[in-house]
Amino acid sequence: MKKNHGLLYTLPTGLWVTVFFLVPVIIVFLYSFLDRGERGGIVWRFSLEAYRDMASPTFLHILVITMLISLAATVLTLLVALPCAYYMARSKRKSLYLFLIIIPFLTNFLIRIYAWQAILGNSGFLNNLLIRAGLIKNHIQFLYNEWAVIIVLVYSYLPYAILPLYSTIEKFDFSLLEAARDLGTSHPGSILRVMVPNIRAGIVSAVLFTFIPTFGAYAVPKLVGGGKNSFMLGNIIADEILVNRNWPFASATSILITLVTTAALGLYVLANKSAARAAQRKKT
Amino acid sequence: MKKSRFSKLVFFLTLVFLFMPLFVLAVYAFNESKNMLWTGFSLVWFERLFTGSRNIWRAFWNSILIALTSAATATVLGSLGAIGINWYNFKLKKYVQTVSLLPLVLPEIIIGVSMLIFFVGIDLHLGLLRIYIAHTTFNLPFVLLVVISRLDEFDFSIIEAARDLGAREHQTLLRIIIPMAMPGIISAFLIAVTMSLEDFVITSFVSGPGSSTLPVHIYSMIRTGVSPVVNALSVVLLGGTICLVFLMRPFFKYIAHE
Repeated sequence: MKKNHGLLYTLPTGLWVTVFFLVPVIIVFLYSFLDRGERGGIVWRFSLEAYRDMASPTFLHILVITMLISLAATVLTLLVALPCAYYMARSKRKSLYLFLIIIPFLTNFLIRIYAWQAILGNSGFLNNLLIRAGLIKNHIQFLYNEWAVIIVLVYSYLPYAILPLYSTIEKFDFSLLEAARDLGTSHPGSILRVMVPNIRAGIVSAVLFTFIPTFGAYAVPKLVGGGKNSFMLGNIIADEILVNRNWPFASATSILITLVTTAALGLYVLANKSAARAAQRKKT
Repeated sequence: MKKSRFSKLVFFLTLVFLFMPLFVLAVYAFNESKNMLWTGFSLVWFERLFTGSRNIWRAFWNSILIALTSAATATVLGSLGAIGINWYNFKLKKYVQTVSLLPLVLPEIIIGVSMLIFFVGIDLHLGLLRIYIAHTTFNLPFVLLVVISRLDEFDFSIIEAARDLGAREHQTLLRIIIPMAMPGIISAFLIAVTMSLEDFVITSFVSGPGSSTLPVHIYSMIRTGVSPVVNALSVVLLGGTICLVFLMRPFFKYIAHE
């Protein structure tokens, strides 16, 4: 009889993630129910103050803004990524196109944000271009609003959406589309009714891969947003930790983001299960 | 044949959208003046980058050091973990699987904040050590996924054959499993290095003053506005990235898999 070495193999990984990931997350959870210390940190006294603070109009406004920005960015990303992935999967130069999509994706995240600062800034590329062309007299403020944040978020996470879509569309049997068309469905109709249900797993992954990071976005709104309608939950966490030193409130906000993320993931698991069940039903 | 004219248009516009900002950035790295107004060709910003920016290079070497060490740690731990998860059933399997994949799905800021609070709690103040631990943690799930997908591909009977022929566990591991999983392990390592070099959010939370990686340093430079030295740095990094992607080409299969 061979011995079961499974636990031995996974022990280092298991210990590492328990100590450095699970324990810290549990600490954040605990901290969110404690009193704030005078100069940062916490006082070991139970308190719901942090959650009560969330009912303030300022916080609710930021919560709604964060929701709207990340939903808008997700929808836009998906609308762009679907045709792209479709084209890539059907083309003959798949690996070249994959390569082209991945290059900007591997360019440093901050450099990508910086590129947009350089383009959209008050004395940036676009303003200079428009002024030289005589279209405008004074510069237009493109940055520091919700649209700048949305554009840069789409830019940052687009490849994350294209890749899973590409890999499901590539496996899709395109003769089904031809069959649908032979039976008289229009081109958009065949895509909507035949292809979309078949690549649902890819669509859901693409949505998650953009929604989750954009909902917790911090660097993008910090650098190209920050206005009244472009300050997001991630910025609250950073400000509460680093500036206001209200750790319980930062923790509670983190818990809120974690819950929304987990809910999104839960929907994903459910969708996958029902898809698997539907596939099973089809077989039997 | 008009089947994909629309998707073709969107795809090429997307390529323009993806590359145009990087292109503008690269062109203005060779601009003489400090702002985004073209005044003439010059290499002055590259000169400034290579001779007058000691902090950038210190941050750069920090980044390289952290990327290599954290990727190596994550690759060793994660590959062993992947072997355990893929071939055995044991009591805590579900737990290890779930907890080790969670860092992948939570927003970075949550990991950054919780690790910061944890490090402050255990009184760990060494910035580079904190960054190393954080990077290893978020790299582990990637390694697990990539190596598991490689292990899934090959035939279990080979291992049984080795055992039937009398190979011990460590012999099977060193002579059969690891050599066969090697392409997966290498691509996992490369992904981990990239992820580590790329990370800003988590690093900016856990790094204290005095220890910064390249992204954190870039942040401090661009927070105050446009600086052409960053443009020059972007050109250098872009070149490096393209080389790295080229090296990674054979491993694309496993990345696209996930």
